[in-house]
Amino acid sequence: MNDMRLIQRTVDMHETKIRASGVDVFYGDNHAIKDVSVYIEDKTVTAFIGPSGCGKSTFLRCLNRMNDTIPICRVTGKITLDDEDIYDPKVDPVQLRAKVGMVFQKPNPFPKSIYDNVAYGPRIHGLAGDKSELDEIVEKSLRRAALWGEVKDRLAEPGTGLSGGQQQRLCIARAVATAPEVLLMDEPCSALDPIATAQVEELIDELKQNYSVVIVTHSMQQAARVSQKTAFFHLGNLVEYGETGKIFTNPEDSRTESYITGRIG
Amino acid sequence: MTLTWLVLAVLALAAVGYVMGRSRAMASAGGEIRALHSLPRYYGWNVALTVLTPAFGLMALWLLIQPVFIDARISSQLPDAAVSETTTRSLVMSDVRRVAEGLGQIGASKPESDPDEEYLSDLKSRLGGAGVALASDIDPAVYLAAERYRAGTAIGASLMWVAVLAVAVGGFAVSYLLTNKDFRARNTVERGILLVLIAAASIAILTTLGIILSMLFETRHFFADHPWQDFFLGTVWSPDFRGDSQLAILPLLWGTLYISLIALLVAVPIGLFAAIYLSEYATPRVRALAKPAIEVLAGIPTIVYGLFALITIGPMLRDYFAQPLGLGDSSSSVMTAGLVMGIMLIPFVSSLSDDIINAVPQSLRDGSYGLGATQSETIRQVIIPAALPGIVGAILLAASRAIGETMIVVLGAGAAAAQFDRGIGELVNPFEAMTTVTVKIVSQLTGDTDFASPETLVAFALGLTLFVITLGLNVLALWIVRRYREQYE
Repeated sequence: MNDMRLIQRTVDMHETKIRASGVDVFYGDNHAIKDVSVYIEDKTVTAFIGPSGCGKSTFLRCLNRMNDTIPICRVTGKITLDDEDIYDPKVDPVQLRAKVGMVFQKPNPFPKSIYDNVAYGPRIHGLAGDKSELDEIVEKSLRRAALWGEVKDRLAEPGTGLSGGQQQRLCIARAVATAPEVLLMDEPCSALDPIATAQVEELIDELKQNYSVVIVTHSMQQAARVSQKTAFFHLGNLVEYGETGKIFTNPEDSRTESYITGRIG
Repeated sequence: MTLTWLVLAVLALAAVGYVMGRSRAMASAGGEIRALHSLPRYYGWNVALTVLTPAFGLMALWLLIQPVFIDARISSQLPDAAVSETTTRSLVMSDVRRVAEGLGQIGASKPESDPDEEYLSDLKSRLGGAGVALASDIDPAVYLAAERYRAGTAIGASLMWVAVLAVAVGGFAVSYLLTNKDFRARNTVERGILLVLIAAASIAILTTLGIILSMLFETRHFFADHPWQDFFLGTVWSPDFRGDSQLAILPLLWGTLYISLIALLVAVPIGLFAAIYLSEYATPRVRALAKPAIEVLAGIPTIVYGLFALITIGPMLRDYFAQPLGLGDSSSSVMTAGLVMGIMLIPFVSSLSDDIINAVPQSLRDGSYGLGATQSETIRQVIIPAALPGIVGAILLAASRAIGETMIVVLGAGAAAAQFDRGIGELVNPFEAMTTVTVKIVSQLTGDTDFASPETLVAFALGLTLFVITLGLNVLALWIVRRYREQYE
């Protein structure tokens, strides 16, 4: 890891997009997340790292209320998006998820054509007035996901026929097409080879110009490469949160240091 | 009886083989199990299987072939004079078999001299007393043939005893002598088990083949007597046992398809919606109660559904729909049978679809929810398309059930074939009585009729046509399921 590069990385200040305070998550009797408070900035890539089972994916899924689909899951505490409480009864979780998009660990394209996969969100939310507008959204999203060149001649073919890396970029294009404000990525590269990983990382770097991106990753190199902010989770606790450069070179907590240097995990 | 003893003898030999094979293996290893290639019981099984498999295989073959062989021999020896103008050789042969069987039952011994008329008429009354009723007096030639038949069967049975026991003992000897500590008994038993499994699978396949062949033969007889154009292209079904019948499949096929269509129109939406509710919306507790409750419907015998149609649904439809609307006044109608059959099919559609919807990976649902889709949007646009091949398969399986259904139709829709000459209005009126192919197959085969007439043989042609249609549907269903199954993998 190139430590010098990390230290010298410029740190811009952005306004806070998501603010979580005192969040606890329970799966039945299991206390999965313990009193986590964190703020996520706009136009920034935030990485969640930590050993398996530390609760980083669970916390990520709280940010767009995906945990609502799990019956035994209970979330307490306050999470705001643009100063609006997302667990307020007035908030429609379906609308929220349109604003806070999600990309999953395993590529999960729908069994539809490439075009229909990308057009899925815009169609549901009525983002396109007519066919040509929809075409435009699809092309733009595929271009942003660096997939347009590879698939522009076979948009009608099933999305499931693409390679793993292409499928994951298709899922990213699908998420981007809905025009979210925040993009949550749950280990988006864990099923990909190094080349596809590099492509997705490049893409994340571009996406941060418009979105706030939160990425869960097991690869500390990846967190160091793509993120500006890093949060380290351990056993359901948020141990340390700060500038990526600082976390990786000069962590305050001994647990963070142990994890980064490979002593716990 | 003798067959039972033979089976028991072979089984006993196998049991002895198990014990002896096992102890020989142990002895060859000096009582040390670790010195053996396989566990001791494998050596025992090896001997037992080598005794059982060839012996029982030979026995099955022998039992199949012996009657055919003896029949052919006796039949060829039967003088032409014994076959009078009014009968056929096969009818005479069935007399021969019955006399031979009767002789065995009354334990008659062969007379010293050639039998005279007196002896034969006495024999006939004795046979009658034993429950073997014969229409006419016994022809001397038939009597001789029957005696030969009896003798041949007895010789065959003795030969079978000898051959089967020889094979069993031979298998015993060979496998017992092969048994020593280095013999790979485990691998041999593995192959033996494989053979048993293959045999089981072959029986299932061969039975299907046998059914098709027997249908084909009878159907050929039918088409030899009756023009196929009339059967496939005619429009009138009016069997007449004095001859001059019009036997067209179209009126029956129309009834079958119409009733099946209504049944599917009932079963597919209800079954599918029930499946969606159970798999996507219901809480685990509701699901645990509702799924078995729906599946109870599948366990009700179709005759009970038929009674329900006859005494409840039929009169209700007639009183509240058909008569007020002026569409007819019969309680047997296409609608009655279709509705009840639809109810019968609901569990087929819902249970299969439920399994298929559950098999759609959770990641697809997450993907859709993650884009801000609601539950019903996710179901409509992601889950149903992903599960569609399986659902289509379930529907086609339900369709083949509907096409083959008989009891509900007899009691719900009556037994009168559709009449094409009465005009299209009556043909498509769902409150008209109508009947299906299966019902007519039953009614053509039951009753006191000549088995060789086209009016009876038409049942086989109907059955074969139906078989081809349902086979086609099943093949189509399998093809669709296979073709699209791997989409989310």
